Amino acid sequence: MNRLLTAVFAVFTTLLIPIDASAQSQAWEDVLGDAKGQTVYFHAWGGEPRINAYIQWAAREVERAYGVRVVHVKISDTANVVSQVLAEKSVGKETGGAVDLIWINGENFASMKENGLLASAGWAETLPNWAYVDIENKPTVKIDFTVPTDGQESPWGMAKLVFMFDSTRISEPPSTLAGLLDYAKRNPGRFSYPQPPNFFGTTFLKQVLADTVANKDVLSRPVDEATFDETVAPLFAFLDDLHPNLWRQGQAFPKNAADMRQLLADSELDIAFSFNPGDASGAIANGELPETVRTFVFDGGTIGNTHFVAIPFNSSSQAGAKVYANFLLSPMAQTRKQEPEIWGDPTVLNVAALPANEKALFDAMDLGPATLSPEDLGPVLPEPHPSWVSALEEAWIARYGAGSE
Amino acid sequence: MPQSTGRPDIPTVLIVTLLTGPVLAGLMGTILPAFGYLPVLGYHSISPEPLVALLRTPGLMASVALSFGTGLIASILSLAIVLIFTAGWSGTRTFERLTRFLSPLLSVPHAAAAIGLAFLIAPSGFLVRLVSPWATGFERPPDVLILNDPMGITMTLGLVAKEVPFLFLMTLAALNRPHIRDYYKAGASLGYGRMSTFFKLVLPQVYPLIRLPMLAVIAYATSVVDVAQILGPTTPAPLAPRLVAWMNDPDLTKRLMASAGALLQLLVSALALLVYLVLERLVSAWQAARFASGHRRRRDGFARLAGLLPMVLIVALMTASIGLLGIWTVAKSWWFPAALPQRWSFERMLDAFGVGGHALFATLAIAVLAAGIATALTLWLLEARSYRKLSARSRVNTIVFLPLLMPQISFLFGLQMLFLLGGLSGTFEAVLLAHLIFVFPYAYLALSDPWHRLDPRYAKAAASVGASRMRIFWQIQLPLLLRPVLVTFAVAAAVSVGQYLPTLMIGAGRIVTVTTESVALASGGNRQVAALYALLQLVIPLAGFILAALVPSLAFRNRAAMRLER
Repeated sequence: MNRLLTAVFAVFTTLLIPIDASAQSQAWEDVLGDAKGQTVYFHAWGGEPRINAYIQWAAREVERAYGVRVVHVKISDTANVVSQVLAEKSVGKETGGAVDLIWINGENFASMKENGLLASAGWAETLPNWAYVDIENKPTVKIDFTVPTDGQESPWGMAKLVFMFDSTRISEPPSTLAGLLDYAKRNPGRFSYPQPPNFFGTTFLKQVLADTVANKDVLSRPVDEATFDETVAPLFAFLDDLHPNLWRQGQAFPKNAADMRQLLADSELDIAFSFNPGDASGAIANGELPETVRTFVFDGGTIGNTHFVAIPFNSSSQAGAKVYANFLLSPMAQTRKQEPEIWGDPTVLNVAALPANEKALFDAMDLGPATLSPEDLGPVLPEPHPSWVSALEEAWIARYGAGSE
Repeated sequence: MPQSTGRPDIPTVLIVTLLTGPVLAGLMGTILPAFGYLPVLGYHSISPEPLVALLRTPGLMASVALSFGTGLIASILSLAIVLIFTAGWSGTRTFERLTRFLSPLLSVPHAAAAIGLAFLIAPSGFLVRLVSPWATGFERPPDVLILNDPMGITMTLGLVAKEVPFLFLMTLAALNRPHIRDYYKAGASLGYGRMSTFFKLVLPQVYPLIRLPMLAVIAYATSVVDVAQILGPTTPAPLAPRLVAWMNDPDLTKRLMASAGALLQLLVSALALLVYLVLERLVSAWQAARFASGHRRRRDGFARLAGLLPMVLIVALMTASIGLLGIWTVAKSWWFPAALPQRWSFERMLDAFGVGGHALFATLAIAVLAAGIATALTLWLLEARSYRKLSARSRVNTIVFLPLLMPQISFLFGLQMLFLLGGLSGTFEAVLLAHLIFVFPYAYLALSDPWHRLDPRYAKAAASVGASRMRIFWQIQLPLLLRPVLVTFAVAAAVSVGQYLPTLMIGAGRIVTVTTESVALASGGNRQVAALYALLQLVIPLAGFILAALVPSLAFRNRAAMRLER
C-alpha cells in the first residue's frame, strides 16, 4: 500500500511540471517514450548499504512509473569507471557502452569532461525537475570544483564537511583549525584523517589549505607551479605539527571516511569527519555510532560541494538515464534522501520555492539528533580548482607517504 | 597404442592457445603504454617518459622492497611451516585431525581471511576486547600499530595464514603415493628419527611435486593486491596496490606510468622467483652433504613441537577469524571493550540475501562452468597426452603455469582492451573465459599428479580385452579418479570465486559476483555487511569441498577398496 502511494505520488509529481513550455514538455515526452523499456546501468559507489537501498528504491519507482529498469553497479572507486569509459573510447566503442549513468563530481568529472567522455552538453538543464534546483543560493550545482558543469551532469545532493565527536568524551568541541590542532596535541593518538589520495583525506588537506593560505584567490585558479611550494608551506607546517600527535603517529591512516567513522565507533578516534551533515544521525539510527555522537563545524566555514550524476558519451540508454536523473531531482526523491534514517543527504532544491505540498514534506522532517540545523552549518568554503587535487596529493605522498629513505 | 607423431594433438593446441594467447596479447597491451604508446590519449610515439616518471615516484624503492620482501618471506615461511609440520607429524592422529581443519580453510578467499584477521588482531579487535578492561585496564583501545604496519609484518602473517593451507594440501597430494609408508619404515628401522626420515628420504621424492605450486605462491604473494589493501602498509604501500591505484587515477596519463609499473612488477616477481631458485640450489647442496652424515637425530621431540605450534596457531587464527565474521554478520552495535555485540540484528542478513542472491547465483554459475570446463579440459589433455605417450614434463607444463607465474595486473589491462576490441567486454562468456585462464592451471596442478599415478595396467588390461579408448576412459580411468576429479573441481571452483580483478575489469561491472560486491562493500565502513559478503564468498567453495568429500563415499558405498583408497 505504501509503495502504491509513493508510485501514485511519483506520477503526480511529474504532472506538476509547468505546462506552458509545451515544446519543452513535448521534447520530454519524447525522452519518456525512448526511455520506456531501456536498462540503465548506474555506476555508483556501493560502500554504504543505506545509500544502496535508496538507489534501489528509486530504481523501483522509475521502473513502475516509466518502465525504465535501473541496475545499480556497485563500485569501490569512481575513478575505475572513468578508466572503463576511457578504455571503451580507446577501442572506438561509440555506442552501447557499459556505463549509462555515473555518480560523480570534482576531479573525476573534470577528467571526463576534458577527455570528451561525457554525453553532449546541456541535457541536465532540460530535465523538468531542473526548475526546482536552487541555482541562486547553491552556486555549486552549476560549478563543480570551479569547473562549469555545462549541463553535462545533473545535481543530486549537497555535501559539506562536518566533524563528528562523541559528546561523552568531549564536552566542548574545537571550533577552529587551531583548536583542532590543540585538541590533538592534548590527546595524542585520537585524531586522524584518511590517507590521500583518498578523496576525504584530500578534502581535509583542502580544508587546512583554505584555512591557512594567505590569499584564498589562488585556490580558484589552476595550480601555478612557480608559487605552489610557497602557497602550501603553511599547510605542511600545520601537518608537520599535527602528525606526531596523529593516531598511530601518522604511520598508518584510516582507508576512507567510512573506515574513519568505524574507528570513531570503536573508540580508537575521538574526532572523525564526514562530507554528509546527516551522516552521524543516519549512523546513530542504524546502530553504527553511539547515540551520544554529535557534529561540529569550524567558525570560519568548511569545504562544501555538490555531487552529481553524469551520462557517458557512448551510453545507449541516455533517455532512460535522463528519466532516472530527473526522478532523483524530484521533491519526493529529494525529501526521502534527506531523511536521516534513509540517507541524510541534503537537498539541491530550493525548498522555499517549492509548491506548498512538497515544501511541507521538507518542513516536517526531523533531521536527527546529530545533524546541525542549516543555520548552524556555517559558511561554505568553495572547492579549489581540480588541479589542486593531484598537486596536493603528490606533495603529500612525497612528504609523508613514501617512507623514510 | 600409437606412437607420438610429433604432430601436436588437438587438446594441447587448444589449451596452449587458450592460455598463451590472452596472456601474450595482454602483455603487449601493457608493454606498449609502458613505452609511451597509447593512441587514445594522444600518445603515438615510443618514449622512455613513463619509465622515467615511474622511477621518479616517491617511495618507489620502498614499495619494491616491500613487495619483494613480504612476498618472498611469506612464501618461504609458509613452505617451512608446512614441511616441518609434515615431517614431524605425518601419519599421526594429530596430523589427520589438523588435515580435516586445513582443507576447508583453503576455500576461504584471501580477502575474506584478511578481513577476519583484521577484526581479530586490531587494537580494538576481538583479542584485546577479550582481556579488556578487566586485565589490561583499557577502557579505550590502545594506540598501537598492528594493522598496516610500515614493515608489512601483519601482511606477511596474513599471507602465511592463507598460503599454508594451499601448500599443505599440495604436499598432502604429493605424499599420497605408493611406497611412502615403506620409506618411513625403512628410515625407522635404520634408527632415523621421524623428521630425519622425512627430510632425507621422503622430501627428495615429493619436493618436485611441490615446487611448481611453491613458485606460483611466490609469484602471487609478491604481487598480491587484496590482502595488501587490507593488512598491508600504506606509507608507502607495496608495489601492486599502488599500481592498481595509478591505473584507476582520474588523471588518465597515470595509465602510462602504471603500465611501466606493471613491467616493474613483472621484474620484481621474476627476481623473487630467481632468488628462490638460487636458495633452493644452496639448500639442496647443503642437504646433499648431510644425507650421508649418518646423523640419526632420534630425539626430535622439541623440533616436532616447534613444527606443530605454528600450524595449530594458523588453524586457530583462521577459525577464529571466520567465527568473528559470523558474529559480525548479526551485530548491529558492538562498542569497545564489549567482547560480544550489544545489539543484534538479523535484518541486514536477510536484506543481503535478498540483494546478494543474484550475485550469488552469478558467482555459482561462473564457478561451476569454469571449474567444469577446466576439469574436463585437463582430463582431455592428460588422456590425449598419455595415449600418445607424450612426456608429462615438457614445455606444456611451463605454458600451463604461465598465468600463475605472471602477476595478474601485468597483463589484465591489455586483456581488457582485447575483450573490448572483440566487443565481448561485460558479457558472461568473456568473464568465464577470463576465469578459465586462471582456473585451468590450478585444475591441471591438482589433477595431473593423480592421473600419472594411475596404474597404467588397468588401461592395458581393458585394451587387451578389446575395450575402446572411449570406454577405457569413461568406465575405468574416470571412476578410479573420481575423488581427485571432484577435488580438482572444488579447487577450480574456489579459484574462480576468488577472482576479483579479472571479474571487475572484463565484466565491466555488468557481471556482479559476491567477490566484486564484497570488495565494493568493504570500501564502506559497515562491518556487518562486509562480514556478510566475506562469508557469502566462502559458501560456494566450501560446498564444493564438502561435495567432493561426500560424493565418492556415496558412490563407492559398496566398494571397500575404493573407499579405503585415500
